[in-house]
Amino acid sequence: MGQNCAAGPVAINSSITRDDNIRENQMKQLLMATAAMVIGATSAFAETKIGMITTLSGGGAGLGIDVRDGFMLAIGQSGRDDIDVVIEDDQQKPDIAVQLADKMVQSERVDILTGIIWSNLAMAVIPGVTAQGKFYLSPNAGPSALAGQGCHPNYFNVAWQNDNLHEAAGAYATSAGYSNSFILAPNYPAGQDALTGFKRTFEGGLAGEIYTQLGQTDYAAEIAQIRASGADSVFFFLPGGMGISFLKQYADSGVDLPVVGPAFSFDQGILQAVGDAALGVVNTSQWNKDIDNPTNAAFVESFQAEYGRLPSLYASQGFDTANLILSALDKAEVSDADAFREALRAADFDSTRGDFKFGPNQHPIQTIYAREVIKEGDVFTNKIIGVALENHGDVYAVDCKM
Amino acid sequence: MSTLLIIEQLLNGVQFGVMLFLMAAGLTLIFGVMGLINLAHGSLYMIGAFAAAAVAGATGSFGLALAAALAVAAIAGALIEMTVIRRLYGKAHLDQVLATFALILIFSEGTRWLFGSFPLFLDIPDALSGPVTLPGGIQYPLYRLFLIAVGLLVGLGLWALIERTRVGIQIRAGENDREMIAALGVDIRRLYTLIFAIGAALAGLAGALVGAIQSVQVGMGEPVLILAFVVIVIGGIGSIKGAFIGALLVGLTDTLGGIFLPELFKLFMEPGAATQTGSALASMAIYILMSLVLVWRPTGLFGARA
Repeated sequence: MGQNCAAGPVAINSSITRDDNIRENQMKQLLMATAAMVIGATSAFAETKIGMITTLSGGGAGLGIDVRDGFMLAIGQSGRDDIDVVIEDDQQKPDIAVQLADKMVQSERVDILTGIIWSNLAMAVIPGVTAQGKFYLSPNAGPSALAGQGCHPNYFNVAWQNDNLHEAAGAYATSAGYSNSFILAPNYPAGQDALTGFKRTFEGGLAGEIYTQLGQTDYAAEIAQIRASGADSVFFFLPGGMGISFLKQYADSGVDLPVVGPAFSFDQGILQAVGDAALGVVNTSQWNKDIDNPTNAAFVESFQAEYGRLPSLYASQGFDTANLILSALDKAEVSDADAFREALRAADFDSTRGDFKFGPNQHPIQTIYAREVIKEGDVFTNKIIGVALENHGDVYAVDCKM
Repeated sequence: MSTLLIIEQLLNGVQFGVMLFLMAAGLTLIFGVMGLINLAHGSLYMIGAFAAAAVAGATGSFGLALAAALAVAAIAGALIEMTVIRRLYGKAHLDQVLATFALILIFSEGTRWLFGSFPLFLDIPDALSGPVTLPGGIQYPLYRLFLIAVGLLVGLGLWALIERTRVGIQIRAGENDREMIAALGVDIRRLYTLIFAIGAALAGLAGALVGAIQSVQVGMGEPVLILAFVVIVIGGIGSIKGAFIGALLVGLTDTLGGIFLPELFKLFMEPGAATQTGSALASMAIYILMSLVLVWRPTGLFGARA
């Protein structure tokens, strides 16, 4: 107590002088900022500002970093210096993503937003952004709510509608002759969409269907159920670390039923962490590094040269998103929203996936491949083994009225 | 549902329980003896896993990896105790929560800075991989049996340390009356650092052991931390025995709830809805267990004080 009383007056005195200093500093900063704005205003006149909100910290950062790196690679290769990309980390939290979007729209005055990885964040941000007249191009998340009745003329999805890769997995499992599949996914909207998507195209029966907890890391109980179920195959959607855990434990359990899944548990970023446990697993993806076209070959090579690692499907989606924006900017200014929208809709760019076109709800119509996990030297990667679904759109497009 | 499946699930529950115990033991000691809420305990778990993955990657030896996990986590624990935690003992719990939450952020981003954003690879050693056939024809992964054994051994070791050694007497005394044992000439600062390092080492060991069958990635410790808190609340704060029983209860409830609740709902609902409702309820099961225990015994099963 005594110490505090003695320190009191001193603290007040010093804070007065400090306040003066701060005020002086603030004045200087204000003057400098004003000067900078005057100078900046002339050069920034014709600039296009793109806001990227993506996940750069926490457990899901690998995905956001890949999208960002793919996107920035394309911007860098375009050689254009009139494009300003503002990148912010959403920490995989919807509330932070919303704050960042508000900041970007209101104070940064961006023209186009992009970058969000997760569907729950996308749902929180995209409707608000498009309602304010901004463009949003999704490099990853494709929730069904935004593909059907909730579609919007300013919202484009460059990756896929969420159900797509699961529908492809169901189609592949059918064509592979599986007739009794055990299916599992986390108990959250994208997980429910996944099982729905799989069941939509899978013609066999189900030996079991379970929802796991989101973020679950131990799958011993589920693997025991798979063993006891008499299934002839397993389909799972467990993105990120959940998939790594499942595959390692599955490989160690002695259950040797064939596994099918979407690319999300087999992307370049996490395959090395799964190791041998993933070898031979078939997964479905709209992109792979061996899709044979010059754009893709150049992309894989330049990505590796720039960042020292192989690109993932997320990186390809970021790269395609940036190239789509660049192709539209060549035709129209963002300020002319109608012309710019038409230019985006035309999708007149060289995609890493080969031909690229949008459906009526501005989601891709594309071919989805079946890939197999292989080992190239020391590196685990994927190889295309066939087409799962050709020129596939999504079932929600009919509900979209634009 | 066959008996074999039920026995296998019981083993799974026990295995999950003993791993939770390794986390909860350190947490409950630190809370019980020092009165400190350490949110960064999950970071020590992560540090253990990363240290193990790095050493296993460099040397290929799982034994060395485990040793590294223990050592690195213990050193990290001792360091943060001496630099940060020591200043927090007299402070309110809110200050402790804020400061240790800051530590989580620092460790998470520091780990990302060192190792990158992509998960690391840590695999089960060949000698422990694959399933074994137990009496009765149950196929069970050998590594999980190994985890159960290690967990039980550590539990036994901790019991011996606390009940049978001089340090144990000091720890128990510190739990009861920290001013008094300081007055009796025990160097309380060194004791605190030691306890913190032991707790950290156990968390690091758990991270390394579990990392081999899960994903070694930034942020892996936080979900486990929440469960560990549930365990110590159920077991009673400060009690190693409570942490052990609580961990087994939580492990079994979580594992068996995930299996049986959906089955239960299938008796009167259509299968799709039953799995969804059942799994939603299963994820609440441990918290329901915790509230029931608290209603019955407000200080936890073996807790001395509230």
